[in-house]
Amino acid sequence: MAQAAVSTSDRLPSPPASPLAARRGASPLSLLKLAVQRREATVIIVTIGAVIYFSLRASSFYSVANVIVMVQYIAPIMVIGAGEVLMLVLAEIDLSAGQVYLTSPWFTYWFWSAGVPLGLAIAIALVLSSAIGLINGLFTVRLGVPSLIVTLGTLYAFFGLVLVKSNYTQEQTPGTTGNFGKIFGIGSWSTILWGLLLTAVIWVLLKRTRFGLHTTASGGNPLAAAEAGIPVARVKVWCFIIIAFAAGFMGILDAIRIGSMNPGNSGLDIVLSPIVAAVIGGTALTGGRATVLGTVIGAIFLGILEDGLNIIGVQASWFYFFEGVIILIAMAANVQLGQLAAKLRR
Amino acid sequence: MSTTALPSTPPVGPAATEVILRAENIHKRFGAVVALRGVDLELHRGEVLGLVGDNGAGKSTLVKILCGFLRPDAGRIFVEGREVSFHSVKDARAHGIETVYQDLALVPQLTVYENLFLNREITWLGRLGFLARRHMRALARQYLEDIKVNVPDLEAEVEMLSGGQRQAIAVARATRLNAKILLLDEPLAAMGAKESALIMELVRDLSARGVSMIVIDHNYAHLFALCDRLNVIQQGKVTVDTKVADTSVEELTELMVSAFRRQLQAGQEALGEISVDGS
Ligand SMILES: Nc1ncnc2c1ncn2[C@@H]1O[C@H](COP(=O)(O)OP(=O)(O)OP(=O)(O)O)[C@@H](O)[C@H]1O
Ligand SMILES: [Mg+2]
Repeated sequence: MAQAAVSTSDRLPSPPASPLAARRGASPLSLLKLAVQRREATVIIVTIGAVIYFSLRASSFYSVANVIVMVQYIAPIMVIGAGEVLMLVLAEIDLSAGQVYLTSPWFTYWFWSAGVPLGLAIAIALVLSSAIGLINGLFTVRLGVPSLIVTLGTLYAFFGLVLVKSNYTQEQTPGTTGNFGKIFGIGSWSTILWGLLLTAVIWVLLKRTRFGLHTTASGGNPLAAAEAGIPVARVKVWCFIIIAFAAGFMGILDAIRIGSMNPGNSGLDIVLSPIVAAVIGGTALTGGRATVLGTVIGAIFLGILEDGLNIIGVQASWFYFFEGVIILIAMAANVQLGQLAAKLRR
Repeated sequence: MSTTALPSTPPVGPAATEVILRAENIHKRFGAVVALRGVDLELHRGEVLGLVGDNGAGKSTLVKILCGFLRPDAGRIFVEGREVSFHSVKDARAHGIETVYQDLALVPQLTVYENLFLNREITWLGRLGFLARRHMRALARQYLEDIKVNVPDLEAEVEMLSGGQRQAIAVARATRLNAKILLLDEPLAAMGAKESALIMELVRDLSARGVSMIVIDHNYAHLFALCDRLNVIQQGKVTVDTKVADTSVEELTELMVSAFRRQLQAGQEALGEISVDGS
């Protein structure tokens, strides 16, 4: 029915029916359209499936203690994932953000152990984290090195730096005591609340501000953005700085929460999971299209998967296997649904 | 100097005499490609100046220099008699110069109204501010209605629009804020007859309101209908400068062909010299 209506109006000289007009209709087909056109559709379905599955398999899944474990896992992935949305919308990527997350507590520690007051040491660490973003940005826009390679470089450089400077030894995180510690990481809900705040800031920035619109334009059609007078290079550099700052901040919180810092702790988890969250959430790698909400759900999904497998007693490393499978399934679904959506538009 | 000035009647009325935009000896090269080799051009106040020339002649490059997007390697630009130096599109805009680029400069993933206001957003709290979307939508709707441009939906992504509709948005963006000088690089390229007529009417309307324009088009019928004066660009130079009233499609074609022959000859002579040198 609706299909027929759309195709006739296409043939008429009058303007074709808009997707919004189609949304207003309540036919089953337009509901399908709505589902297909929302980029978050896949990840929402997969996440609901995972919740149902794990809550049937393990009664402890819904316990407060377990939810706290989950959200603490989710928080940094969500924030860095939101930062990756800024990158992906620019058709860039930041592989180093996870390493910035791991490095910034070390920055803090080095300055603090050299006698700098803790608050100042943290501030310096955040500035240095942002500086890594600045380096990433400048190499990308000024020297024309693809960001994939630039950030691979900074990832390795700082991984090595931390290993050497720490003498391969684990250290206690400073600042784990008192109200300070509670607010900045130790309180059960501390990291997720900070995480939600930072993610919300990034979401507002991207969707509600002029800067966000310029970011989307710079990724969607860089030449058009430049021709409209948008300083594309500057916009990009700022986004590199924002993700690095956010990663550095979450890194400090998590180091305080955990209480210790491990120099070799550069698992796949924090380096790649945020990117996974962003792409299974429905953000395209080609630029111009992004969903922070999808990324948040993507991060929640990863948290549920990791935790759920854990509590039903599956060997921990199966997590990576399933994460891989889900990447393949979700991406295939995103691409196929995207093509279907494009077809329905016509 | 190599400009073939046709016998032209003295300019009519005082308005026609005032030069609002002047380019002097503009040079531009892209690596080994010389796009412009000494362009001289004058645009009079209230005039519609047509630019014709083969593909790759340098028309778009000239427009991009005049609108501040590209910087010339050499040459000077004057707006209303005063020399200017554009470091960005913004500088040119500050002088009232607006552009419709040949590639339209639209972002397919953004909506109609977002494109219409791209880098001209209305915000709360200034530069980094929050987008006043409702305000922009209302203004966009009003303006598109005023100029009778028909787009299905302001919220539609530009990606979903037809080529002609996109072109209309690009034109609307350039004309929305009272520009003094409009540079239109093939504004009718993807348009059907009806939409072309609409845009041509808009151009005439703006011209009647005193906006000065440079229009690039490959279609002589459009140019003869729209323009007061025509400049032919060939291989990075203005070779013909004529009033539309003083010429005809046939004559212009003839002029372009003969200019082409001259250049071909010059080229052969140059080649001859090289072979003489080489032997
Ligand atoms: N950014 C660029 N980099 C390299 N070469 C360029 C660039 N822009 C233009 N050129 C070259 O400069 C010359 C002039 O191009 P331009 O786009 O100005 O031609 P045009 O007259 O607008 O042609 P058309 O009618 O096809 O639009 C061409 O040889 C083109 O290949
Ligand atoms: Mg051109």
